[in-house]
Amino acid sequence: MLAFILRRLLQSVIVMLAVALVAFALFRFVGDPIASMVGQEATLAERMELRDALGLNDPFVMQFYNFLTRAVVGDFGISYRLQQPVMELILSRLPATLELALVSGIAAFVFGVGFGVYTALRRGGWASSSIMTVSLIGVSLPTFLIGVLLIWAFAVELQWLPSFGRGEVVNLGGWWRTGFLTESGRMSLILPAITLGLYQMTLIMRLVRAEMLEVLRADYIKFARARGLSNRAVHFGHALKNTLVPVITITGLQLGSIIAFSIITETVFQWPGVGALFINSVRFVDVPVMAAYLMLIALVFVVINLIVDLLYYMVDPRLRLDRSAAGH
Amino acid sequence: MSPKLNQTGVRARLMLGAAAVALAFAGAANAETLRWARVADALTLDPHSQNEGPTHTLNHHIYETLVGRAVDGSLTPSLATEWGISEEDDTVWVFQIREGVTFHDGTPMTAEDVVFSLDRARTPPSGMAALHAAVEEVTAVDDTTVHVRLSGPAPLYVQNLTNTFIMSKAWAEENGVETAPNFAAGEEAYSVRNTNGTGPYVMVERDPEVRTVLQVFDGHWADAPAVTEIIYTPIAEAATRVAALLSGEVDVVQDVPVQDIARLEQTDGINVVRGPENRNIFFSYDMTSDRLASSDAEDNPFAKPEVREAMALSLDRNAIRQVVMRGESQPSAAPLPPFVNGWTEELDAFGEPDYARAAELVAEAGYPNGFSVDLNCPNDRYLNDEAICQALVGMLARANIRVNLVSQTRSLHFPLIENWETDFYLLGWGVPTFDSQYVFDFLVHTREGSYGSFNGTRYSNPDLDAKIQSLATMTDLDARDAVIAEIWDEVMEERIFLNVHNQMLAYAMRDGISLDVHPENQPRMTTVTFD
Repeated sequence: MLAFILRRLLQSVIVMLAVALVAFALFRFVGDPIASMVGQEATLAERMELRDALGLNDPFVMQFYNFLTRAVVGDFGISYRLQQPVMELILSRLPATLELALVSGIAAFVFGVGFGVYTALRRGGWASSSIMTVSLIGVSLPTFLIGVLLIWAFAVELQWLPSFGRGEVVNLGGWWRTGFLTESGRMSLILPAITLGLYQMTLIMRLVRAEMLEVLRADYIKFARARGLSNRAVHFGHALKNTLVPVITITGLQLGSIIAFSIITETVFQWPGVGALFINSVRFVDVPVMAAYLMLIALVFVVINLIVDLLYYMVDPRLRLDRSAAGH
Repeated sequence: MSPKLNQTGVRARLMLGAAAVALAFAGAANAETLRWARVADALTLDPHSQNEGPTHTLNHHIYETLVGRAVDGSLTPSLATEWGISEEDDTVWVFQIREGVTFHDGTPMTAEDVVFSLDRARTPPSGMAALHAAVEEVTAVDDTTVHVRLSGPAPLYVQNLTNTFIMSKAWAEENGVETAPNFAAGEEAYSVRNTNGTGPYVMVERDPEVRTVLQVFDGHWADAPAVTEIIYTPIAEAATRVAALLSGEVDVVQDVPVQDIARLEQTDGINVVRGPENRNIFFSYDMTSDRLASSDAEDNPFAKPEVREAMALSLDRNAIRQVVMRGESQPSAAPLPPFVNGWTEELDAFGEPDYARAAELVAEAGYPNGFSVDLNCPNDRYLNDEAICQALVGMLARANIRVNLVSQTRSLHFPLIENWETDFYLLGWGVPTFDSQYVFDFLVHTREGSYGSFNGTRYSNPDLDAKIQSLATMTDLDARDAVIAEIWDEVMEERIFLNVHNQMLAYAMRDGISLDVHPENQPRMTTVTFD
């Protein structure tokens, strides 16, 4: 068990290093940050000086080494754009992204499972057909367009919900600012959460529906019916329970994508999270922030995968046997 | 008099002022908070760190400069009541400092603070240093007089002061921000998120890129503005920005997308104002090298006057205005906006395109089959920049010039000009000093020292360089204007620039608010009136 965890941890470190290397190599193609940092009156000599001071003239290997040695202790430097420490900047934006991801993840799961079960049980009904049709929009329309359409309908035309921002926030324990505790904060969350979660909801719904249809044909469901159990007990007690294993796995993995893909949603709704911070940083070639963000996202995926691996290890006895056999 | 008494007095005056406004425009007294949105936030609140538009725009509400810039481009008194060149010594500028001005922390502003601020602004790593490069010494002669001594006569130095803010010396020393923040130092300076200016508004809340709240400053020296609270929210996405205005969540939108202007004008309850921006858009080319890196020609076609003339004949500025800019531009032939000193109507005149003649000229220049060249274009810097380049590609094709368009993001585009890695490029240029010398210094003069940093043409003309350098120290303004005209004649004759247009600015706001377009795109919310 210990050897397995160590091996997985080592692999995670290698993945992180690889991400850092790829990200760092990519920055060379994003452009020159100096032009956005100095005024147009700055002389070429002054530009050169600043480039030297920031270490942008150092060889690639040197830059990468300096970045790694500082990143290990959590020091990602100072943002070229906002002149604030990068770590502090990202931590101050992270709650907004996590709250949005959490709400849209839960909403996607609850509605996805609900609609999935409904459409599986009421196949051919007009409600099911329309849910299936509407769900096509979720997979086929780009997030950007969904966001703009929602803003148009609910903010501009109906004026029920705010079109941008996070509303009033409440400071919890010094650094976590939450929008859950205020009316405007909750209202602001609705449209971005729908936009971000729609694709995941559609995915879960279709998965649940397919699994349900499969399970409902299984022998043990027929036996359950033969035993005279109520429809409710058959559908939810037996059928749904057996469909949920793959659904939970997928949902867990999708949580990582929700955090990473929040970039577009955050930009459309001016949501003050790390995704919007990243996009603004790319425009400005704010290398320290871009590097830290990519490392953060890599970390999120690595941690989720690590947890999933460990869960499999606990759930699946064959894995344990194989590994220990291979060890001797 | 105690500060408290003083404040009450001012507040009483303020309330009287508000009452007068309410009487004049019945029912408008509740409209005091102004919610203002634009595309990007100020990068920092440090007054000297960045020479950048949105940063200056927000800081102008918190800090003040010695002289201000009115919407017509003229200079107005601000913290300096009078200014001029010293009668004894033409290298010295004399500023009379306004009396009775206090900082937001209640301390009075003195000539010492002005000296400190100008010194801070001209010392690297300040972003304003280049504008004060000629300054040798700043001294306070007495409590209300400041002398700025320059390396030589500088008749237009005062024009460089419209974005140089005055801060408190004591406050800066107390908080360890005696110099502008240094990127390389790797730590955040106190002045990035904390302020202490003399401006009409006090910063009460700052959440970078989310929300900045400003409250009117009771102790300000000028008349109280109609807007008593400003809530400033950057909204990066154009569609969302417009939606926020339509849904009534913001009152003023500063960066209105060109494609939305016409629609917003027809929307009930929304009012759009327009004005020319201090920014000119033009093409330029390497007219000096022996060969072009991206061309199939054996030599440098741009070095030949016939080719440059052919390109001028091929550019259909009115078509670009109609089709690409949807009418929102001022076609022009010279790279300076009309309110800049040195602009004349003749300079800006251009004829109709003549493609047949253009093709003939290209053939006469020695390219019977035409030639090919790469055009470098930014795609996220100016209004519809990439579309302008695409339009030019089609127009030049009719003159037998095959253009291969390379458009990319600003951070990749501008280093090409800086490193002389482009043969043919698009550039936009604003003139913050409102004088032609600024254009010549950076775009026409041979690249050396502080000159010619955006001269991507490699153009070098020693006679012209001498004339350009002489402008800096000429105190006889009529003679100086004559030299400016001579330089322009030469520049236009040589066709160093293929000019397209001046950009237009549009601000959209809900009905009942009036705000004029500022040529530097730095609107002042103190000038907002409600009706």
